[in-house]
Amino acid sequence: MTATGPILSVERLAMRFGGLVAVDELSFTAERGRITALIGPNGAGKTTVFNCITGFYKPSAGMMRLVHPDGAVFLLERLLDFRIAQIARVTRTFQNIRLFPGMTVLENLVVAQHNTLMDASVFTFAGLLGLKSYTAAERTAVDKARYWLDRTGLIARTDDAAGSLAYGEQRRLEIARAMCTEPVLLCLDEPAAGLNARESAELNGLLKFIRNQQATSILLIEHDMSVVMEISDHIVVLDYGVKIADGSPEAIRNDPKVIAAYLGVEDDEVEKVEAEVGL
Amino acid sequence: MNIQASGTNRRISLPLAAALKDAIFSALIAFGLFVFLIGLHTDQGPTGALVVTTRLPQLAMLVGAVFAGSLARALIFGREPIGLGRGLPPWLMRIAQHAGRLAGPALLVFALLVPVLFYHNRYLLDLGILVLTYVMLGWGLNIVVGLAGLLDLGYVAFYAVGAYSYALLAQNFGLSFWICLPLAGILAAFWGVLLGFPVLRLRGDYLAIVTLAFGEIIRLVLLNWQSFTGGPNGIASIPRPSFFGLPFNDEEGGFAATFGLEFSPTHRIVFLFYLILALALVTNWVAKRMRRLPVGRAWEAMREDEIACRSLGINTTNTKLTAFAMGAMFGGFAGAFFATRQGFISPESFAFGESALVLAIVVLGGMGSQIGVAVAALAMLGGFELYREFEHYRMLVFGFAMVTIMIWRPRGLVATREPSLYLATHKPAVSPVKQGLK
Ligand SMILES: Nc1ncnc2c1ncn2[C@@H]1O[C@H](COP(=O)(O)OP(=O)(O)OP(=O)(O)O)[C@@H](O)[C@H]1O
Ligand SMILES: [Mg+2]
Repeated sequence: MTATGPILSVERLAMRFGGLVAVDELSFTAERGRITALIGPNGAGKTTVFNCITGFYKPSAGMMRLVHPDGAVFLLERLLDFRIAQIARVTRTFQNIRLFPGMTVLENLVVAQHNTLMDASVFTFAGLLGLKSYTAAERTAVDKARYWLDRTGLIARTDDAAGSLAYGEQRRLEIARAMCTEPVLLCLDEPAAGLNARESAELNGLLKFIRNQQATSILLIEHDMSVVMEISDHIVVLDYGVKIADGSPEAIRNDPKVIAAYLGVEDDEVEKVEAEVGL
Repeated sequence: MNIQASGTNRRISLPLAAALKDAIFSALIAFGLFVFLIGLHTDQGPTGALVVTTRLPQLAMLVGAVFAGSLARALIFGREPIGLGRGLPPWLMRIAQHAGRLAGPALLVFALLVPVLFYHNRYLLDLGILVLTYVMLGWGLNIVVGLAGLLDLGYVAFYAVGAYSYALLAQNFGLSFWICLPLAGILAAFWGVLLGFPVLRLRGDYLAIVTLAFGEIIRLVLLNWQSFTGGPNGIASIPRPSFFGLPFNDEEGGFAATFGLEFSPTHRIVFLFYLILALALVTNWVAKRMRRLPVGRAWEAMREDEIACRSLGINTTNTKLTAFAMGAMFGGFAGAFFATRQGFISPESFAFGESALVLAIVVLGGMGSQIGVAVAALAMLGGFELYREFEHYRMLVFGFAMVTIMIWRPRGLVATREPSLYLATHKPAVSPVKQGLK
């Protein structure tokens, strides 16, 4: 990927639930072909930002501009949730995994290609009659599913029920399923939650592969700093719905405000940091 | 007692004292329930006033039965759910599985042969037609409930729409059955979409209540719109089906005369039998086929997780509406068939009980399983007929059977789910359905 420039620019986004201001005046940009991380303490409003970007919440205020590689612009706050996935090609995963547990792994990945297959089945008629054009499209869909199963190491579980997979496998399956929609922006909500060290390392590899080899940029929420610091190109830090820092992993690691609010320091350094932020 | 399981089965039986405690508790609940229902009985006395009599022996018998049953259950199964298959040796299970795979073709062959085998048994032929009608209704509702996971308690409304569409179109415009049939299906599908719109945001119990109300609304409209539907008198002398234009009568140009047969009223019955068999098989074919298509997979995905569907760009509104429309369409076909078979319809035939019966068939058969639904329809309606002499106990036995099956096989007779596609190199595997109704 050589094309650069912002793929997503969020401007003055706000989300209020009654009196609670979950996100306030948030502005940031995610660059094309990069991994942008959104971090912050629990309840900072990270998932709420995702819900706004993917249309599950209607933001109280603000603008979210998504720019495709071909220059097409989508104003996400004006689209319905499924339209965002369908035409703006923003796909997400969920903090508490949402698979189709009773369906097989392969079916999960084929369902993700619903819109392509639906077009090929011409309102189901071509499919009902078993026309060649449809069967070919289905074969392509299975091939794509197989590609991502290989990539995520799930090929041996292809025909098992998704609900019977181990936790780490379910996380990877959710990412594979999202990738089957060929998103331009992939939003991952805590993909490393509950993974062990080896699985986290594998996840890093997978996400780097997606960034480098696919036309997909990544927006990532994550608490696991070993993941965030290693793979992110850019980090946005939220606290109580407000952006407190924005920059490269280096800059964020050493930002005193971030350290005070989120990262934490050794016990003997607490006073020094507090003095720096002015507490 | 012995906690260690015997053999391979992990069977946790309770110690005797705990089992007794459980059993006494159940007996107490049974006593509380039945003391007024069974223990006390009111009769008209000689003066016309009500007198209360007691039926203590019957009450004691019932409570005793509950006590013995729950003691046995606690001693054998402990607090685990009662598993029918757990005690069986593996080879028996394997045979059962093979038998299961052959059940479909075997049933089909049997169904095809019924008119030949029982040609002179009018009663059985009628029963066969009835069973097949419910098989078709079950397969239609299975699309909505089993695949899409939308609990629909008003399915009979579409059956009614189909029946009245056929009756009115055939009577007022003299259209033939084969023209009315698709029209009835389309009209029912239209009503399915109409019902679908207001309930798009509803799930589970709420959806069930609204669909229930919808079924009642349709019935009440049919009952009260005298000028159009004939009200409670219904519609009589609905044109009977003809054999592609040849009427089933003893006149010149009738079916019998044309084929050089001696006239017999059974011809029409046999024709109706094969007609409903064909309609049911079409329903089955379409439903099975659609399961393997994007719409069908989206139905199932929506049953599993609607939010995940939307995050993948699936228009769940359209998906729901197609499920309602497809289910309703087959209900409409079945309704048209019902009208032409009966020759007379009235709102009475479309009461809530019918919806409940069809839903029971789907749930007992195993949601999403085609063969399970067929077997359940056969068992339920066949069972009803068997118990016809014991009119009073019919509902009791029916309820008992329902409870038993729900304990033994909470997911229905056929609880396994066939994946809609496999990776070419793998051999068919069967995965359990995780979630049912929501
Ligand atoms: N639908 C909602 N209605 C009311 N309040 C909500 C809703 N969704 C989120 N909130 C509130 O918004 C705030 C931010 O929540 P959010 O889930 O975005 O946090 P988060 O940064 O993702 O936290 P975590 O790291 O624990 O996932 C919380 O106080 C939460 O209670
Ligand atoms: Mg969150």
